[in-house]
Amino acid sequence: MNVPSNIRYTSDHEWVLLEGDTAKVGITDHAQEELTDVVFVELPDEGRICDAGDPIAVVESVKAASDIYAPLAGEIVAGNTDLEGDPALINTDPYGAGWIFSIRLKDPSSVEGLMDADAYSALIGN
Amino acid sequence: MVAFAGWNMPVQYTSIIGEHTAVREDVGIFDISHMGQFFLEGEGAETWLNTILANDVNKLGIGEGQYTFMLNENGGVIDDLIIYRQAEGKIFLVVNASMIDVDYAWLSQHLAEGLALTNESNAWAGMAVQGPNSSAAFAKLFPDQELPARNGMAMWPYEGETLCVCRTGYTGEDGFEFFSSADNGSAWFQRFIDVGAKPCGLGARDSLRLEVCYPLNGSDLSPTRTPLQAGLGFFCALDKEGGFIGSDALITQKEEGLKERLVALKYTGRGAPPRAHYEVYSKDGNLLSELTSGVLSPSMREGIAMAYLPVSLAKLGTLVDVDVRGRRFEAKVVKKPFYKKP
Repeated sequence: MNVPSNIRYTSDHEWVLLEGDTAKVGITDHAQEELTDVVFVELPDEGRICDAGDPIAVVESVKAASDIYAPLAGEIVAGNTDLEGDPALINTDPYGAGWIFSIRLKDPSSVEGLMDADAYSALIGN
Repeated sequence: MVAFAGWNMPVQYTSIIGEHTAVREDVGIFDISHMGQFFLEGEGAETWLNTILANDVNKLGIGEGQYTFMLNENGGVIDDLIIYRQAEGKIFLVVNASMIDVDYAWLSQHLAEGLALTNESNAWAGMAVQGPNSSAAFAKLFPDQELPARNGMAMWPYEGETLCVCRTGYTGEDGFEFFSSADNGSAWFQRFIDVGAKPCGLGARDSLRLEVCYPLNGSDLSPTRTPLQAGLGFFCALDKEGGFIGSDALITQKEEGLKERLVALKYTGRGAPPRAHYEVYSKDGNLLSELTSGVLSPSMREGIAMAYLPVSLAKLGTLVDVDVRGRRFEAKVVKKPFYKKP
C-alpha cells in the first residue's frame, strides 16, 4: 500500500498536503482500494467555512456513498472539478490528480496534529 | 461482507463494475446457496399448486420451469419464485432466502391431502453461472450432459450425489443455476472458477438484475402491491379455471384500473447514483414516492432506478426529480428494460 511520507493523514483515511496556508485533501490509497470503483463525487461549495470533522463532500462507489470530512478548520478554496468528469481519478491517482478539495486553514500549524506516514501505516496495518 | 437473510455474503469479491462486466461479456458465478429449495410431490400436485400460485402450472411440460408469484388474499406479493416440473406430480420450487420460512408455512397451511411438501434448503448448495460463455463453462465440466433449454431443468446422479441444473438466472444473460449437495458446494464453486467463471457478489447481482428490470422482492415487490402494479401481469394467469389465491383482488384491480405503476427511471444527466429509498418529487415539487431500487448502471454509466408512481405520471417521457441529500437530479420515465443485449 502506498503511504507517501511528505503528507499527513487522518483516521478517516484522508491525506493532507500543506502548501503555504492552504491544504490539498484527498483520500488515501488504502481508502480508494476499500471503496473500489468511484463513480461520483459531490464537491464542497467554494467559500464554505467548516470545522474539523464536518462532512463536506461525498464519494460514491456503486455499492455505497461515503462522507468526506474537513480534516481541519478552515475555508474551502476549491473542489477538484476534474472529478466531475472522471471520478475514477480517485482510484487511479489518489495522491495526485484524484485530490478532492483545497482548504485555507484557520491555523496552518494544526496540520502538525495529524498523523505522519508511520502512524498512518500502523493504523492500516501496512 | 454483509448480513443477508441470515447469511454472511460478499457485496463484491474484487469490484462490482468488474464483476458486472464479466457477466455481460464473459461468465460470472454467484453463490446462491442462501436461496430455498422445496419439493412438492404427489398425484395432483400441479392442480393444487395452480390454486396457490399465480402463473399457470398447466403450461409446463416435464422438465420446464416458469416464473410465478405467491400472493396474499389482497393480491399482494408474498414471494416471487421459479417452479420446475421435474416429473408428473413432482415440482421443484426455488424461493427467496428471506421467505423460506414464510413460504413453507403458507404452502403447508393450504396443502391438499395426499401431497408431500419438503423443505430441502439446507441440503442444497446453489450457484448461478451467468454470461454469454456460461454454456461453454458447463460443457467443460460436463461434456456428456446437455444443458436444458431456456427455463428448463435437469437433475441427474453424479459420483454419489444428485446434481440439478436450471437454465434460468437473474442477470438478463444466458446462464444457468446449478445445485449440488451442500457438502460439495464450495468444491463445485471452485470448479466453475477453474473453467473461467469470475466470482461475483451481491453488488453485481443487484446492478445486473436492475438493468434488465427484474424485480427484487421486499424492494420492488411487497405484500401491499400487486404484480399488476409492478407491470408483471404477464405472469398472472387470471383466466385460470377456479382462480388462485389473490386472483379475485387482481381481477377487481384490473377492472377498476391501476392507481400506480412501477416505472423505470433514468437520469437525464450526470448525477449522484440513485439508491433505494431516495425520495421522488414531481417537477412542481410534490413528494410522490421513493425509489424501490436504484444504481449507477455499470453497463451504461447512467443513473437507473425504479419507483411506484401515480399512473398520471407513469407515462413514458414524464420527468421527475430524485432527491439525493437535498440535491435534485432529474429523471425520466423510460421503457423497460434499461439494458438490452447489443
